[in-house]
Amino acid sequence: MHGTERFTATVHEWLLSIFTAGTTHFVEMVLIGLAYLGFFAIAGLALVYLERRIAAFFQVRLGPNRVGPQGMFQTLADALKLVAKEPIGTKKADSFLYSLAPYFLIISSLMAISVIPMGAGFSGFDIDVGVFFLIAVSSIGVLGILIAGWGSYNKYALIGALRSGAQMISYELSVGLSLLTMILLVGSLRFSDIVQSQSDYWLIFKGHIPALIAFIIFIISGTAESNRTPFDLVEAESELGAGFHSEYSGIQFAFFFLSEFINMFIISAVAATVFWGGWMPLHLGGFSGFNQTMDYIPGPIWFLGKTGVIIFLMMWFRWTFPRLRIDQLMKLEWKYLLPLNLINILIMAFVVWMGWHL
Amino acid sequence: MKSGTLFDPIEQDLHTDEYKINMGPQHPATHGVLRLILTIDGEVIKHVEPDLGYIHRSIEKICERDNYRQIVHLTDRMDYLSSHINNEAVCLLIENALEIEVSDRVKVIRTIIAELTRISSHLLWWGVMGMDVGALTTFMYGFREREMINDIFENTCGARLTMNYNVPGGLMWDIYKDFVKDTKAFLRHFVTKLKEYNDLLTDNVIFRKRTEGVGILSKETAISYGVTGPTLRGSGVSCDIRKLFPYSAYDKVQFDEILMKGGDTFDRYLVRMKEMEQSVSIIEQLIDNIPEGSILEKTRAVIKLPPGEFYQRVETARGELGVYVISDGKKSPYRMKFRSPGFSNLSVINEIAVGHKIGDFVAIISTLDLVIPDIDR
Repeated sequence: MHGTERFTATVHEWLLSIFTAGTTHFVEMVLIGLAYLGFFAIAGLALVYLERRIAAFFQVRLGPNRVGPQGMFQTLADALKLVAKEPIGTKKADSFLYSLAPYFLIISSLMAISVIPMGAGFSGFDIDVGVFFLIAVSSIGVLGILIAGWGSYNKYALIGALRSGAQMISYELSVGLSLLTMILLVGSLRFSDIVQSQSDYWLIFKGHIPALIAFIIFIISGTAESNRTPFDLVEAESELGAGFHSEYSGIQFAFFFLSEFINMFIISAVAATVFWGGWMPLHLGGFSGFNQTMDYIPGPIWFLGKTGVIIFLMMWFRWTFPRLRIDQLMKLEWKYLLPLNLINILIMAFVVWMGWHL
Repeated sequence: MKSGTLFDPIEQDLHTDEYKINMGPQHPATHGVLRLILTIDGEVIKHVEPDLGYIHRSIEKICERDNYRQIVHLTDRMDYLSSHINNEAVCLLIENALEIEVSDRVKVIRTIIAELTRISSHLLWWGVMGMDVGALTTFMYGFREREMINDIFENTCGARLTMNYNVPGGLMWDIYKDFVKDTKAFLRHFVTKLKEYNDLLTDNVIFRKRTEGVGILSKETAISYGVTGPTLRGSGVSCDIRKLFPYSAYDKVQFDEILMKGGDTFDRYLVRMKEMEQSVSIIEQLIDNIPEGSILEKTRAVIKLPPGEFYQRVETARGELGVYVISDGKKSPYRMKFRSPGFSNLSVINEIAVGHKIGDFVAIISTLDLVIPDIDR
């Protein structure tokens, strides 16, 4: 039994000793909701801080280092400023859609994050169609962007939103198909099964070259899904000002901003879970001594560490690459990634059928 | 997109139309208060109309009021990135009109500072070019090296951007003690960094795809619009005032005029990158033997140009800057006209941007290397 499982079990038993079974269930749901909200806020702020520091590191400057130790509370101060700010919109904006849009993004990111296990038995809910649920929920976010672009009555915002529609719908195919390639190896869409199946080797080692190709495709299309450079056409600042959130200010802008970083976290977390074993420590089949040593490091630390590595990779992309153009973006997906992905699935199916995987 | 068949459902049910967006006067891609009215069909640009006048300060009219010494300082505020070269243009004009021969020392120092200015201007352009195509880091890298040049300028004349180091008849004062040492240190450092720039941006696949074959400016169009400078040389037309009408110490140095063939965005980019290497070579030829001599020739306190017309051209970082003066023998000119490179370079935008997407358009404006106060004056 892992530490995280013990923790949840203890909390459950303690609550049962106080309340009835029904109330316990309700209280647990509220607690989980609060925990996710807290995680959402903290992870968002931490990621913004990390992004700024890492950007500064790439750009030979210091970054925020004044508020708190190493500037850690800078983003908190910025968030407080945004909360206190007056929301200013356009006069002709469709006020209902305009105010609705941020919630689409924030809710879709919040729901998507809930199925990812951060430790053994440590996820919001562990359903048997976990991967499918994640892909389905995360595509709601694009609706928010489209609504924001349409509702704010601004041509730049509209161009950004339409670009986003084209981009997200195209790259969702690659995200889904590259995950499907790995699911062929596991045979289950449930996230806990996916992690459990990697207790001897991580899937990226199990699946040989097809898994590696799927990983690269997932990272590329995941970067595109989270609208980051080199695929940040949605808010291409030198072209469109701020793109779809040009007309948002205050807390509504903060929602867009935070959900962007949470999306990056989700993409990295999924990559870490499906390809690098999630919370599963690095295990090598046949080396039980090595495996036991690795087990001393708790699961959540493995999970966050792996996610952090991929987040760093995505930040590295952002501060190095120029931006693609819209037709190049479409060409990359439909002419290169998608056919490659389909062939890759066939190869993976063949590998699994022949039993060549580890 | 051409449609118009009888049963085109889009045309019948959902009428599509072109629409206009204002790029600027407040927009990150125009680097100043330039307003571009774009007519757009989806993402494709159909027509571009520049609208000027947002930073017009009547510099030419003020010149008719001020005396010749004051005019030199006004020219800083036109193309502020090559302020030294603008000053030099006016000073050369006055010196030629009054037939003052400045010493070799002045000529060499002017040339060194002018080439440092060119590097500094191209560095800023490089940083912004990267930023316009989405690579944000280039901006910081460009500014890192530019800072060293600015420090040299600050130690030389006290100002970092609007220098006013030139005065009619020579220079305001002599170079400082460590000028040669600092400049050499900068050159040594800069040559290694140029390689880094090429690794980071020039050789990047995405950057190549974004710029190659985009915004092709043909020789004929370029000449007919009066395009000059690196923008023209990217189209393969040989036109460098430093070679054609050498001034200051340019007749004493060997350097190549960089010419490209294609005339696309990437060629214009490469011209500037290679020009920085040439500037380094020019400075290297001059820095070791700055001749001795007087720093300032004697001029009258109130300069009066003889009646007549005078013209002086110099090569700024953006192209040919022409200064035209009609003098009636008084202490200020009767009429003063600047032929700024930016204005002609901007006017070609409609010819080269039509048919490209918004993303390309930003890259195209970027390689025209516009400084808006230079266009508007």
